[in-house]
Amino acid sequence: MERLSLNETAGNTQQQQQSQSQQQQHQQQQQQQRPGQQNALGSAVPQAQSGPPQLPPQMFTTAAQLLDLTDKKLVLVLRDGRKLIGVLRSWDQFANLVLQDTIERIYAGNLYADVPRGIFLVRGENVLLLGEVDLDREDDIPSSVTKAPFEEVFELKKKEDSQRKTTDKKRHGELQALGFEPEHSGEILF
Amino acid sequence: MTSFFKTLTNQVVTIELKNDIRIRGILKSVDQYLNIKLDDIEVLDLDKYPHLSSVKSMFIRGSVVRYVMLPRSEVDVGLLEDATRRGQ
Repeated sequence: MERLSLNETAGNTQQQQQSQSQQQQHQQQQQQQRPGQQNALGSAVPQAQSGPPQLPPQMFTTAAQLLDLTDKKLVLVLRDGRKLIGVLRSWDQFANLVLQDTIERIYAGNLYADVPRGIFLVRGENVLLLGEVDLDREDDIPSSVTKAPFEEVFELKKKEDSQRKTTDKKRHGELQALGFEPEHSGEILF
Repeated sequence: MTSFFKTLTNQVVTIELKNDIRIRGILKSVDQYLNIKLDDIEVLDLDKYPHLSSVKSMFIRGSVVRYVMLPRSEVDVGLLEDATRRGQ
């Protein structure tokens, strides 16, 4: 069909008419074919209206994956390295999330501390991962870390962060001198 | 690509994130953004990531995944080539 219309010349009406009638024939043929194709698809996968056959849509949507995490206690790790622990109450297809009764757990060295935070509405792009907490194992904190007062952990963390910043900066500088672009430049990931 | 990953559901895969965390678990679901749901997870090098010690299943945002390591025997090479060619 495309080739016919390309071959048309402006002055030659006979050819145009010919090609038009041929196009019509093609269209008729396609229309005749279509119901058959739909039947073939429809019998294979009843839910699919068009396109290739697919599994039920709930199998692979973001919503379906978050649905069974709703109202569960979760660990949420953000792109800036924060670890939030709370109950997932609401979400949408972008993995924007609402967490209730959230605490922020700060780790530094072999210490950690909990800070009560309350309700969080997190924009999806900042989410690294969501882990469902096994309530039976929740209190089994690994022996490698011990609980400490918030101020102590926070000070240690500030020190660690500034140290990491300087080493990262140095590494990025060296990489850039060699012509490498750092993997996640402009984006901090922990 | 989702169609390819769908053939790997219920297989054990190892996922490496852009922050170097490596997680092994049973692949449960993959969506159009390649967000991944893992069950019965095990974090390699758990000492470095104590916050994941009591986590049993996990939802990982597709944008932070660096690698997905697959069991070689389960990879359908023909389907993989097909899926990557069409960019789906």
